[in-house]
Amino acid sequence: MNPLLRRALITGVLGGAAGIHVSLVGMVEDFQGRDTIADIVTVGTMLPILIAILVGSRAASRMRAPLIDPTPRQAVLLGAVAGAVTGAVLALLALFVNSVDVAWILSNAKPSLADLLWLDQGPVVGSVILLAGGALFGALGGVLHVLPAPIARAVAIGGAVTIVVALMEPFLGAVLRNVGLRFLEGFLYASGGLTLPGFILVYALVAGGVYFWRTRGTSTKERVRAMPADRRRIGKVVAYLALIGLLLLLPQIVGSRLSEVVGTIGLYVLLGLGLNIVVGFAGLLDLGYVAFYAVGAYTTAVLTSPASPLISPELPFWGALPFVIVAAAMIGLMVGAPVLRLRGDYLAIVTLGFGEIARLIFLSEWAKPIVGGAQGILSIPPPLPFTNHPQVIYYPILFFCILAAIAASRLAASRVGRAWNAMREDESVAEATGVNTIRYKLLAFGLGAAFGCLSGAFFAAKIGTIFPNSFEILVSINALALIILGGMGNIYGVVVGAFVLVGLPELLREFAEYRLLIYGAVLVVMMLLRPEGLLPSRSRRAELHEDQGDDEVMYEHEAGVDTGRPVVTG
Amino acid sequence: MPGRPPRLNLVNLFLWVLGGGILALAAVGAFLTLAQGRLSGDQWESLIVAGIALGSVYALIALGYTLVYGILFMINFAHGEVFMWGAFTAFFAASALDDAGMMDANPILALFLTLLTAMLVSMVVAIILERLAYRPLRGAPRLVPLITAIGASLFLQYTARGFYGSGVRAYPSYGDLFEGNIDVGPLTMPIEDAVVVVAALALMLALYFFINNTRTGRAMRAVSEDKDVAAMMGINVDRIIVTTFAIGGLLAGAAGILYTLLFNQVHFFMGFLPGIKAFTAAVLGGIGNIIGAALGGLTLGILEQLGPNLFLTGYNIPAPNQLKDVIAFTVLVLVLIFRPSGFLGRKENV
Amino acid sequence: MTETTRATTGATATTGATTVAADAGADAGPLLRAEQVTMRFGGLIANKEVDFTIPRGAIVSLIGPNGAGKTTFFNQLTGMLRPTSGSITFEQTSIIGLAPHEIVELGVGRTFQNIRLFGDMTVLANVMVGRHVRMKSAWWQSLLGLPSVRAEEEAVRQRARELLDMVGLRRGYEEEFAKNLPYGDQRRLELARALASDPKLLLLDEPTAGMNPGETARMTELIRRLRDELQLTVLLIEHDMKVVMGISERITVLDHGELLAEGQPEEIRSNPQVIEAYLGKGAAGA
Repeated sequence: MNPLLRRALITGVLGGAAGIHVSLVGMVEDFQGRDTIADIVTVGTMLPILIAILVGSRAASRMRAPLIDPTPRQAVLLGAVAGAVTGAVLALLALFVNSVDVAWILSNAKPSLADLLWLDQGPVVGSVILLAGGALFGALGGVLHVLPAPIARAVAIGGAVTIVVALMEPFLGAVLRNVGLRFLEGFLYASGGLTLPGFILVYALVAGGVYFWRTRGTSTKERVRAMPADRRRIGKVVAYLALIGLLLLLPQIVGSRLSEVVGTIGLYVLLGLGLNIVVGFAGLLDLGYVAFYAVGAYTTAVLTSPASPLISPELPFWGALPFVIVAAAMIGLMVGAPVLRLRGDYLAIVTLGFGEIARLIFLSEWAKPIVGGAQGILSIPPPLPFTNHPQVIYYPILFFCILAAIAASRLAASRVGRAWNAMREDESVAEATGVNTIRYKLLAFGLGAAFGCLSGAFFAAKIGTIFPNSFEILVSINALALIILGGMGNIYGVVVGAFVLVGLPELLREFAEYRLLIYGAVLVVMMLLRPEGLLPSRSRRAELHEDQGDDEVMYEHEAGVDTGRPVVTG
Repeated sequence: MPGRPPRLNLVNLFLWVLGGGILALAAVGAFLTLAQGRLSGDQWESLIVAGIALGSVYALIALGYTLVYGILFMINFAHGEVFMWGAFTAFFAASALDDAGMMDANPILALFLTLLTAMLVSMVVAIILERLAYRPLRGAPRLVPLITAIGASLFLQYTARGFYGSGVRAYPSYGDLFEGNIDVGPLTMPIEDAVVVVAALALMLALYFFINNTRTGRAMRAVSEDKDVAAMMGINVDRIIVTTFAIGGLLAGAAGILYTLLFNQVHFFMGFLPGIKAFTAAVLGGIGNIIGAALGGLTLGILEQLGPNLFLTGYNIPAPNQLKDVIAFTVLVLVLIFRPSGFLGRKENV
Repeated sequence: MTETTRATTGATATTGATTVAADAGADAGPLLRAEQVTMRFGGLIANKEVDFTIPRGAIVSLIGPNGAGKTTFFNQLTGMLRPTSGSITFEQTSIIGLAPHEIVELGVGRTFQNIRLFGDMTVLANVMVGRHVRMKSAWWQSLLGLPSVRAEEEAVRQRARELLDMVGLRRGYEEEFAKNLPYGDQRRLELARALASDPKLLLLDEPTAGMNPGETARMTELIRRLRDELQLTVLLIEHDMKVVMGISERITVLDHGELLAEGQPEEIRSNPQVIEAYLGKGAAGA
């Protein structure tokens, strides 16, 4: 068989498997309640469509072994074939769940799923729709390889960003309402997604912007670089001031309910920055990071809450904070010392063990007199003068996030950061080059613990009540996933990662259910396709930053290896 | 790194104090417990029996870790989920057979059929895992496959949750097949436990035979010694790696059903703890070593059952069994600190 | 290299040897002395009772057939392995049991046989890591962003650039990832990284491995020049006899882990045992 066709068929079948997966796991059905384009496409229906587009794009891409570049006609045809195969697999699935009762095993394999896939048109018309739709969107994916690279890129990125904008309806909608742009909200958003005119507008803006940036953008970059140093510095200061102003006004802009979410994102930014030191800078895969978070929260709670039996008189929050830092240093050393001589994967498991030990001890009857067992600790006071109203406690969290970000970036660009990176690259060579690896490992754990404990302290003060079950391994995984999505070693990446992986599931209740499934997929896919993360590490290029000082520098290397082929990120 | 200087510094001192302290606490606790006569001989016996049964399940899972580690030098973090998928499959197969009335009519055949389906499904899951998640990453930096494995683990876990629901499901009973006790030497075992131990033993023996006496088994050993040389000798390394995953999957599937026989329930999160503990068992025995995995599993199972009562009751700690996982994890930490190569392991593996 | 330098350094080597016998004060004595160094791995003896001294300012080669225990010996000098028995002193200080980074701090720098750079760090960062032991800023000072830290960073960056120039790495590569450099430049970069720690003794493990004759000649010339400009003492492991004979002032031959011969190039060239160790093996192989 023609190798291209063979690949298209295989890709189509794999796409079908992915379609079966999202259907049976329940996403297609559960995401029906929210629209991507109001009254036209729901988020649930969008999933198979996206799969078909990706499948088509993959089937039409350049083949490596043997090296074949499909002609434009072939590309479209291959995309259509692959998409149609995916559609056919889904059609079979629909027929199957409609006629055989397997719901006692697969809880989502119900006739209602078939109706959804058939768009309520019955088996015959429905199957035709699946096949034709698959072919159509598959061909669309194929077309991406026919278009000139900058256009294809604009089309793909435009689509991805527009979908994100649609998904962020609860957030952006509220923002627009609160800043007095209610008319714009009404124009853009309806029934949980973008309206059709809104969709078109956003798409046109983003795709156009990307196209412009790709074709003219480099010259803009050049121009910025060509500016005299003092002017660039002024520009930088202005940009930072604007950012800080925005951050300060954020609770008012997004309102009380969303401030809650933003606060949680802040806590995870803090966690992510700390874990980033341990994993991203020093290359020590710590899966028990939640232990630091828990120790911070419990230390705060025990010292400040009148409901905790052990210590009275109670300290105010700020009085407890120094003790939290001391506790952090101690727990950091406790976790760090035993794993000093362990290699990466062992270290991961042992730290995982530490995380579980911490949780189990907090949960146990034995430690109940101190930490309250399963009932947890209640009435933890807020960090006065800040109350624990979400719009208020946001500020101290923001303050510490900024502080932590500055600290992390300074360390990254210093002797310490270089030593960590060297250790990450090759431990024994780092040692032979003069790095005291034991010392720097402990330092990484100690600082990571400090950030984690700080986050835990604010978590306790923000929520006011803590239970052992708030400190499951999932917190560690969450923090890990967000730094990996953002790009290990990168500070902006942490913020982006926290926003996407913590913010989105908090905003979209439908997603909360599938949060960890998505995290798992994110980890695997990122490792397979883009292990350096969405925003590659800046620390690696930081050496020249003093005199080049420009955030865009970090994209340069990437652009260097870009083959100019359109990339559809999934 | 052989011959790395064993330097006496603060860190080592701290570790020795920590480890020595924990061991001393355990010893004193055991002494106090025994001196106070808190548990009767029968109670100890039943704990040991339960420990042996649980330990043989751990051993089966541990073999999967050890086999894969021996060949790829990676910890297949998602192995616990392969086990969980086996358990779920066993549950559905048993339920179907129960509906058909076979569990009462012919329980032994029913058990056998369930075992077979569970093993097959786990094998398929393990193979897919290798093919889609691990193979593309061979030769990548160490952290990369490890993170992938964590991701795959989550993915499998929550796929099971989405497919099968998030509730705890009760396993149907095999009629009166497992009623009663049986005397094995000095121990009185519930028949159920005895079945688990015998099945696990049989599988381990089969594996041992397979590794030592078949062409594929010898090829596996060759690949674990040196991949490049093995490839030059005409061994298809990719195929051997898939085979290794498949065997690990088969054993994990069997462990899945045996575990449900002991605890009578399945749940999407059930793979996590046994997975970690089986890994501990593999490390305890010396990772990469098959007999070591079996011994490590048994040791850990017994320690887990016996430990809380033996070490902690003496101190009047309330509800010591809540802390049994703490004991398992502490064992892991101690082993990795003091003898990372395990009982029977090769030194350079750590 | 001119005849006069060779003559003077030859003289240094001789005086070195005589002062060893007299065991004089710190400055006059050998830079490094190993006595009865034995290294066992289980039943395998990699080095057996090796006695070895490196005179100050000399270029010394360590040669021997494959598996003679040269790299193992290197690893003991740098603290990556701890000898089973015997003593090693660097400037009269025992280095047995010191961690590798402590030995770097004393003034021993090294390169690796199979180049081991920090591939995902920039060229400049690689060299700056090499400077790590000579930097004074503590982590909390970096955290606070003190002016002294900035000044030190700037000075180190400057020094790193100088070193890159010195080893002959073309400008404009500083920002490139180390892994993207061509092979010969990677060797030079590794050399710059080792030099960044201001070593008194530089250990080079097969510095010309995998190079063509032209590159080899340039590398040899570079090593000699660095020794003169930076007042280094150099110990190198090398297989290429042309390089060894051309550059060394003293040669030590290891065979089966034991010291076989030691002396000036002419002596070694005509030493019957050495010839047997090499040619005997060659004859057996043919």
